[in-house]
Amino acid sequence: MKTIYFDNNATTKVADEVLEEIKPYFCDLYGNPSSMHTFGGQIGIKIREAREKTAALLGCDPSEIIFTGCGTESDNTAIKGTLAAHLNKRKVITTRVEHPAVLSVCRDLENQGYTVVELAVDKKGRLNLSELESHLDDNTAIVTIMFANNETGVVFPVEKIAEMVKSKGIVFHTDAVQAVGKIPINLSKSNIDLLSLSGHKLHAPKGVGILYVRKGTRLAPFMLGGHQEGGRRAGTENVPGIIGLGKTCELAMQNFDQENKKVKFLRDKLEKGILAKCPDCMVNGDTESRLPNTSNISFEFIEGESILLMLDRFGICASSGSACTSGSLEPSHVLRAMGVPFTAAHGSIRFSLSRYNTEEEVDFTVEKIPPIIARLRELSPFIKK
Amino acid sequence: MWEYTDKVREHFFNPRNVGEIPDPDGVGEVGSLACGDALKLTFKLDEKGNIKDAKFKTFGCASAIASSSALTEIIKGMPLEEAAKITNKDIADYLGGLPEQKMHCSVMGREALEAAIENYKGGSKKKHELEGKVVCTCFGVTEKEIERVIHENNLDTVEQVTNYCKAGGGCGGCKGEIEKIIERIKGERAKQKTVLAPVKGQKLTNIQKIQLIQQTINEQIRPALRADGGNIDLIDVDGNKVIVALRGMCAQCALANITMKDLVEAKMREFVSPEIYVEEAKDLADDQRK
Repeated sequence: MKTIYFDNNATTKVADEVLEEIKPYFCDLYGNPSSMHTFGGQIGIKIREAREKTAALLGCDPSEIIFTGCGTESDNTAIKGTLAAHLNKRKVITTRVEHPAVLSVCRDLENQGYTVVELAVDKKGRLNLSELESHLDDNTAIVTIMFANNETGVVFPVEKIAEMVKSKGIVFHTDAVQAVGKIPINLSKSNIDLLSLSGHKLHAPKGVGILYVRKGTRLAPFMLGGHQEGGRRAGTENVPGIIGLGKTCELAMQNFDQENKKVKFLRDKLEKGILAKCPDCMVNGDTESRLPNTSNISFEFIEGESILLMLDRFGICASSGSACTSGSLEPSHVLRAMGVPFTAAHGSIRFSLSRYNTEEEVDFTVEKIPPIIARLRELSPFIKK
Repeated sequence: MWEYTDKVREHFFNPRNVGEIPDPDGVGEVGSLACGDALKLTFKLDEKGNIKDAKFKTFGCASAIASSSALTEIIKGMPLEEAAKITNKDIADYLGGLPEQKMHCSVMGREALEAAIENYKGGSKKKHELEGKVVCTCFGVTEKEIERVIHENNLDTVEQVTNYCKAGGGCGGCKGEIEKIIERIKGERAKQKTVLAPVKGQKLTNIQKIQLIQQTINEQIRPALRADGGNIDLIDVDGNKVIVALRGMCAQCALANITMKDLVEAKMREFVSPEIYVEEAKDLADDQRK
């Protein structure tokens, strides 16, 4: 059975070009970039090139890039590193819809005596910027707000937020794990101080991420040890991961417009097809400001895990915000923050596409979904005949 | 991904006895949309009092649907008295087992059956109602229900109780209470296992004492307050006087004094030292909010 992969916000396929690029760095060019000999030292040059390529995609200086182990590490470093560098400031501002890599950190800080403000979102998942402004004060060490939401794809006006936060002299961090490669980012023209990125969300291997640190931003290191990354992140470099990430950034830059246009076309076709054929379903999140690849659809009166398992039989991969798939007993914190009713939150399915999806896959999925939904609704006690 | 047995998958993809029996002898409805799963069971008896037919409608995940299907297969043809003895374990066993975190699906099946039998005995009018004190307000689970899953499945951790009946799986504010129920049922054995409570030291230095106070707030007090939309901050410690500020909903709460004495002070005395007394720093709290 062919796999139809609509779960690209979870992780992505490693691009063939990327795999080709990194193959030599396992068994042939396995040296340590910190070594003095040529065998190792030549790897250092490759890492420098990768740094330049990622900086080019983000529009920043290569010296502002720190390679990390994953997006979660970047988020942890950004938040904890900033607080450690501003010991007299005891307040953190974030949102209720952040990824757990940010939200769990903030909630833990609350236990350590920090004041944490979690901004609310409206029904469409949008922030109220005047609410944010009212919370900015001298005690605020960092504002951390995601660029784009992983579950709904809603894009926050991060540039505007960064400007507002910067004008008060407060550090601004954004978790851009879902945004990079999907929406244009130019850090040279922005007020963002810290930005997190994860390789495996844009066709690089798992286990590599980036933390962008604007020049002059005070940040205490999170991982201590050797002098790698200019003493800002200790630990031997994930050489193949870093080189792969450099390659993937290069590819993303080359095909940016064309690729996102294609992905958006497929996403829209999938979404429209499903909405037209299935009654009682709705799109979650602000469709005006959304990633081109993400669609979060709620099918009322049925449960997400059941839908996923039925889709799985056809090789279709997606994810759900239902309680049964969240690992907890409550549905997605993002949908709950948006006030999506329980009838819809439990039956939410996220489709997230990539450049590797095809129109045939979309057509096949649009054909398979309606009978699945109808079948599960036959089982549901909430549908009155 | 859940690891379901082939039997669970088979019953999910091809559920038996779906639907509603018209004019049934017994109807049991349990769960709700808010909880994420719900089951409506209907059955019909024959002249001898055996279950002639049973049908279900279920909103929920694969294991909820499979458990419902299994339940109807088990009880069909069974005398009513015998059906009344079915436990959640029977349902799970029939399916070749369920993932630990999904055991609540089998419990829902047993509950629906019980509710349907109760409905039959009460003359088709009686609706299933919650009995006893509600412990978990997020999922509406009563003390009686928690005691029952502990007994029937020989559970001894809060996590297990959550897996079996969802209690404690929402805000987590009732975890302490569930622990007490387990302790009561299991006696000393369970008590030794729980390491949640901070260890009371012999003679504490000031710094150790402050740390213990902070830890007690974090682990014992804050979760309960957060359940109601409130929060608490430790402001200062002066000898045996602990100064705290209530935040969020707690700050405006008319019962703040009771919270202070019955919860904050009681926990401090239990975990830190019996001489502790607690005061609220109202003015300071206002200052900090500005």
